[in-house]
Amino acid sequence: MSRLSTENEALAREIIARYPRPKSALIPLLHLVQEQDGYVADDAMEHLAELVGVTPAEVLGTCSFYEMFIRHPVGKYKIDVCTNLSCQLVGGEELLHHAEQKLGIRPGGTTEDGMFTLEDVECIAACTEAPCLQVNYRYEYKLSNEDFDQLVDELRQGDRPEIPNHGTLGLVRQHIAPDRLAGIAAPEVTGTPAWFASRQPEPEAAK
Amino acid sequence: MSGRSSTASNNYLPFAPGFVDNDGPKIVSTRFGYEDSHTLARSLATGGYDGLKLALRRSPAEVAAEVKEAVLLGRGGAGFPAGIKWGFMPPVWPRYLVVNGDESEPGTYKDRMLMERDPHQLIEGSLITCYALGLNQCFLYVRGEMAQAQENVAQALNDAYAAGFVGKNILGSDVSIDVVLHWGAGAYIVGEETALIESLEGNRGMPRLKPPFFPAAKGLYMKPTIVNNVETLANVPWLMLNGAAEYRKFGSEASPGTRMVAVSGHVKRPGVYEIEQGVVSFRDLFYGDNYCQGIRDDNELKAFVPGGGSAPWFFEDQLDLLQEGRDVGSAGSMLGSGALIVMDHTTDIVKACLRLVRFFARESCGKCTPCREGTAWEEKVLQRILDGHGRPNDIDLLLEIGKNISPGTYPVASFAEQGLDTVPFPPKQTTICPLGPSSVAPITSAIRRFRGEFEAKIDAAQSARVEA
Ligand SMILES: Cc1cc2nc3c(=O)[nH]c(=O)nc-3n(C[C@H](O)[C@H](O)[C@H](O)COP(=O)(O)O)c2cc1C
Ligand code: SF4
Ligand code: FES
Repeated sequence: MSRLSTENEALAREIIARYPRPKSALIPLLHLVQEQDGYVADDAMEHLAELVGVTPAEVLGTCSFYEMFIRHPVGKYKIDVCTNLSCQLVGGEELLHHAEQKLGIRPGGTTEDGMFTLEDVECIAACTEAPCLQVNYRYEYKLSNEDFDQLVDELRQGDRPEIPNHGTLGLVRQHIAPDRLAGIAAPEVTGTPAWFASRQPEPEAAK
Repeated sequence: MSGRSSTASNNYLPFAPGFVDNDGPKIVSTRFGYEDSHTLARSLATGGYDGLKLALRRSPAEVAAEVKEAVLLGRGGAGFPAGIKWGFMPPVWPRYLVVNGDESEPGTYKDRMLMERDPHQLIEGSLITCYALGLNQCFLYVRGEMAQAQENVAQALNDAYAAGFVGKNILGSDVSIDVVLHWGAGAYIVGEETALIESLEGNRGMPRLKPPFFPAAKGLYMKPTIVNNVETLANVPWLMLNGAAEYRKFGSEASPGTRMVAVSGHVKRPGVYEIEQGVVSFRDLFYGDNYCQGIRDDNELKAFVPGGGSAPWFFEDQLDLLQEGRDVGSAGSMLGSGALIVMDHTTDIVKACLRLVRFFARESCGKCTPCREGTAWEEKVLQRILDGHGRPNDIDLLLEIGKNISPGTYPVASFAEQGLDTVPFPPKQTTICPLGPSSVAPITSAIRRFRGEFEAKIDAAQSARVEA
């Protein structure tokens, strides 16, 4: 697909302004692209390169390192089943196997109707609630095979409106009102904050 | 948080899935009993930001001294005292604080809970730390896959900025500090502090060589940077409010305070527990009524991981050890990230070992050869043993590959009574970061203790081959 929309470009500029160097915003911006399009397209990476002042190859370099960025369209719901040790011990692999049967796809695959993509993932920090999975990064804990079937049916029928489409992460964004901002400076700007200097016991007692 | 089974009996609270109240002292989980524990209103109604107010009335040096006196051990893995680390910063500005919320070590579940259930506590702890260090730019790095944590932290920051706790002129004072939410995109290695910094600069998350790139001296943008774990900083508001002396009343002399531990696998009541550091034995934790209440079906314990997927395994011989960093270290492992994984006697050890090794092979960043190539070979050899295609010299081959990643004696739990040496931990490494050596830990642990199980699989493969 495409470059960022006008609205998203404004959002991108707001995000960039929160960092001492523009390139630091790259991962959040790639997420923004994925939220807009569902995946990361070449055009979008070129747009990001312009926005943060690096080459498109550098954007691709970053993008390709991180597992969450996907360079082609995937299902509306990405189901990530954890099979790492804590989950494996109590049935994570069996759950994955059941998911393969139910959806008729292997990890990495997408159902023909474009609804589901299945992945076999590493620990998602819910190890005490195993076996577990994420649907578009929202948790489901302690699933039986029946729970899984029910989940899939609900998603198919649109009964889980709280789960956004693939690509959208947090539904709340950080916004800093300009008059509340302390002030983000480039790393080249040296000097101690005035409040710190004035609270030092001795003139040169900097730590 | 919409876990469908989150009301299962071992969940103390449906809104903090997995948290189990063990009636012990609480420092970081004090608000988990409230459904709205993540809101500013609840935080303020229960002493939120009082620690910050107190800190601002003291000098930054006094605040840092209080934390140093408390011996606040890092909860991210290495257990290094935060107060001492803070002292390593040279007098150079700008300087940065980066909060490590990348939690992805296998078995670890506590930073996510702290971010989701009490983001204001973390923000307050980060602000007090910024104040103590004299810096005004803090980045809170939340793991990419944690959408809910990102939402709750974003909402908390928005509310705290609006209410004057963060940003310009904090609480009407001259102190101004920005806290920026940053989020990752799926890479375990980014939890390593120098990789975290690379990632925060917008690069591929590959670790930097230490020395010279110790973050405290040359970190974000090559400026002095402190990286601390979420749980470490979540302790700071309580510590400020109650003082180092009170803090030291909990836990042991060497490891004061409490720690969040996640116990998973084959226990009757898996969960996240806040326990006093250094005073609870592994046996208490796994079998105690206040804790995990025993192994499932009263099965026998086979092995356990004491501190996350990177930690060498322990066995019933180590059950009576206290969860004290020093003791666990001299027994050949580490408490790491507070992740305990329990395996009962039904566990296929080769399969369990392969699963952890596969994790490291998948997550190796590829920067150094012994790790990139070695982890892939380790996985391949273990997979063929498990699949019934093992070769007679595969065990030696596995150990040999391990030696190329961490030379010298292997870090495994000591079995003095079996005539085996105590070995030093952490291991020596031929790699840039400890991820490579971490892949060796499960292999050496499993082979040293359960060599017979590997041999049985290989022998079966051999006889199948002969018959064919
Ligand atoms: C491979 C690897 C992964 C790590 N992952 C994490 C992590 O997810 N979270 C964390 O806090 N520390 C992690 N660490 C430890 C950090 O490098 C660093 O020591 C820690 O964040 C410092 O915080 P602390 O002193 O407060 O513990 C990891 C280390 C390594 C080598
Ligand atoms: S040890 Fe592995 S993860 Fe660490 S820097 Fe080397 S290749 Fe990367
Ligand atoms: S091992 Fe599955 S969530 Fe941690």
